[in-house]
Amino acid sequence: MKTTNVMIVGVGGQGSLLASKLLGRLLIDEGYDVKVSEVHGMSQRGGSVVTYVRFGDNVYSPIITEGEADYIISFEKLEAARYAKYLNKDGLIVVNTQQIDPMPVIIGAAEYPTEVLDELTAKGLKVEALDALSLAEQAGSSKAVNIVLMGKVAKQFGISYDKWITAIENTVAPKFVEMNKKAFDLGFNS
Amino acid sequence: MKKLLIGNQAVATGLHDGGLGVVSSYPGTPSTEITEFLSKYDDLHSEWAPNEKVACEVAFGASLAGARSACAMKHVGLNVAADPLFTLSYTGVNGGMVICVADDPAMHSSQNEQDSRHYAIASKVPMLEPADSQEAYTFARTAFELSEQFDTPVILRMCTRIAHSQSVVETAEVIPAVLKDYEKNPAKYIMMPGNAIKRHPFVEERTLKLQEFAENCIYNTVEYASDNEIGIITSGCSYQYVKEVFGDSVSILKIGMPHPLPVNTIKDFASKVKKLYVIEELDPIIENHVKSLGIEVIGKEMFSILGEFSQKTIADAFGVKAKQSVSADSPVPNRPPMMCAGCPHRGMFYTLAKNKITVHGDIGCYTLGAVPPLNALDTTLCMGASISGLHGFNAARGESTEGKSVAVIGDSTFMHSGMTGLVNVAYNATNSTVIILDNSITGMTGHQQNPTTGYNIKGEVAAKVNLEALCKALGINRVRVVDPYNLKECDTAIKEELAAEEPSVIISRRPCVLLKSVKALPSLNVDVDKCKSCKRCMGLGCPAISMKDKKAVIDNTLCVGCGVCKQLCAFDAIN
Repeated sequence: MKTTNVMIVGVGGQGSLLASKLLGRLLIDEGYDVKVSEVHGMSQRGGSVVTYVRFGDNVYSPIITEGEADYIISFEKLEAARYAKYLNKDGLIVVNTQQIDPMPVIIGAAEYPTEVLDELTAKGLKVEALDALSLAEQAGSSKAVNIVLMGKVAKQFGISYDKWITAIENTVAPKFVEMNKKAFDLGFNS
Repeated sequence: MKKLLIGNQAVATGLHDGGLGVVSSYPGTPSTEITEFLSKYDDLHSEWAPNEKVACEVAFGASLAGARSACAMKHVGLNVAADPLFTLSYTGVNGGMVICVADDPAMHSSQNEQDSRHYAIASKVPMLEPADSQEAYTFARTAFELSEQFDTPVILRMCTRIAHSQSVVETAEVIPAVLKDYEKNPAKYIMMPGNAIKRHPFVEERTLKLQEFAENCIYNTVEYASDNEIGIITSGCSYQYVKEVFGDSVSILKIGMPHPLPVNTIKDFASKVKKLYVIEELDPIIENHVKSLGIEVIGKEMFSILGEFSQKTIADAFGVKAKQSVSADSPVPNRPPMMCAGCPHRGMFYTLAKNKITVHGDIGCYTLGAVPPLNALDTTLCMGASISGLHGFNAARGESTEGKSVAVIGDSTFMHSGMTGLVNVAYNATNSTVIILDNSITGMTGHQQNPTTGYNIKGEVAAKVNLEALCKALGINRVRVVDPYNLKECDTAIKEELAAEEPSVIISRRPCVLLKSVKALPSLNVDVDKCKSCKRCMGLGCPAISMKDKKAVIDNTLCVGCGVCKQLCAFDAIN
């Protein structure tokens, strides 16, 4: 089987590391060779964060380069635009419509391209947008954006619903399990 | 059992399963997780040392005592530990000793992109370099045997992409930690000239033996393609990129032991291929070795010394057609890292910038004081350089700068190598002002304990350095503590200490807002009727504050109620 390439992108502090950890574990249980490349350190302080998840029969490089990604899961709108060039021509971007202004925008040195998702769609990219922040809040915490998004893309990877739920139960602290399951369902059914 | 482990966890597991007894390290991206994972084992001693030199010497002492030992650090940490390293090469070991060092090509979280392989060559110590987590596990585990067999410390070189990538690992049986006997052996372990002069020939002989070992070892492997057109010598993550592009269609010599490099293996490989390439990140270490053997090879003329590679680097260099992609036409603004909302460093940096102070910075989260809109720093060099640099600056310019410049340094960095600089300020008497940004944790590397926090690596209560008493003991009479959330207090302290006739220390004390023990205060809000759009609050560079419809707004999901912006607002609009 050809290697499948998934990029999880967002803003430091949004919980993309947990999302990639969850996905990686599920994929290894499915019997795939898996590589997950994370970002630590400086980029976590509110900077742009990218994690690569690759799976297939035999995965070599831990990273994904331009034109290679089958899926981009973006936790924030601007970050979807930043990494869109990594998508292959048949790829899919799943994006949380939340807008988090970067410092250059905050201080007025740059402008936030608010219509950028339409622009990407006009160029022929497949973009599925959802308001994951509202769904996360509906589940009980704005921090659950990552789980909402994993719910949204869950069907793409051939992993059963039950396995996702078990993985959440095994990964998340007990007192947050119910909230995260709800967040997952909201994404899954959206 | 198959597990998905990041490279650093694979190293930790390999060291543990290889019989590790003692590990001592100083945190540094991308090496930190090695020791964090090791701290979870109760059958070995783990610790955060105040710096890498101490860590390396602790590992030496443990090896001398007969334990298998290790230390871990980032590439620039090995500069600090270089002193023990070079002579450890002479003493050799008792229990096996592994020095883990993580390079950071592309400088994801570093101040330079030095190539640690030079240290292996210069100190004449063997080095191993894994290409994925499985090798990280196996190499770490077997490094102890190599160390004991050849009576040498072994350097295990990681790089960011291996250290922070998860891949599948199958672990082997755990070798229980044992203590070898300790016997006094002055000729081997007391490195004064009369003894060291006799150890140097041993080191040279050992390198020759290691070179022989390198010819037929598990670390260097050869894969031949069905044709003999292209041969590639590569190592570490570059191997994965080569495989990604070429699969089995080229012949590959993978170097897992970059020092000492084999001779006959390379000659043999080169003789079997028509065209030979070396693909290695950073400096041309393998390439120069191949050339020294009189073999024609293509290397850095095709692959940069700068940054890190990817499969695209290799594909582009060999003219493989680029994959199609599209991007947005609208410019996409950068999203640089920044100080968090409520970061205790912000109030101090705002005050320094406002007073146009020359600021000698240091290594930590607070290096982010350099970015707009604060632009508060003048220089950042290396761990501890803020204080010694300020002293030199003031020694050169005297009174003209003494009243206008300060050093800023974090609590952990002060423990690491700031103390000696402060001794120098007192002893060699410049009228320097040092600000210790004490946020009660090692922040940038992800919250590690240090000697000022009162807890050890396992979170147990530990001896706590009293910074005020320490600074006084080092010869500084004027030591005061301020709360960086209080702008007025910061301003007064900076002005008074800069005006004082003797050196001084200001301890800016407030725990990191990301610590679990720190409870956020209620979020503040802007009264839009009172806001006059003066944008004064925007000068803080707080990610929670932005302008919407010409009025300041505070993001309630980010704001922790630190109140610094409230103190700045002249119209009482923030409450």
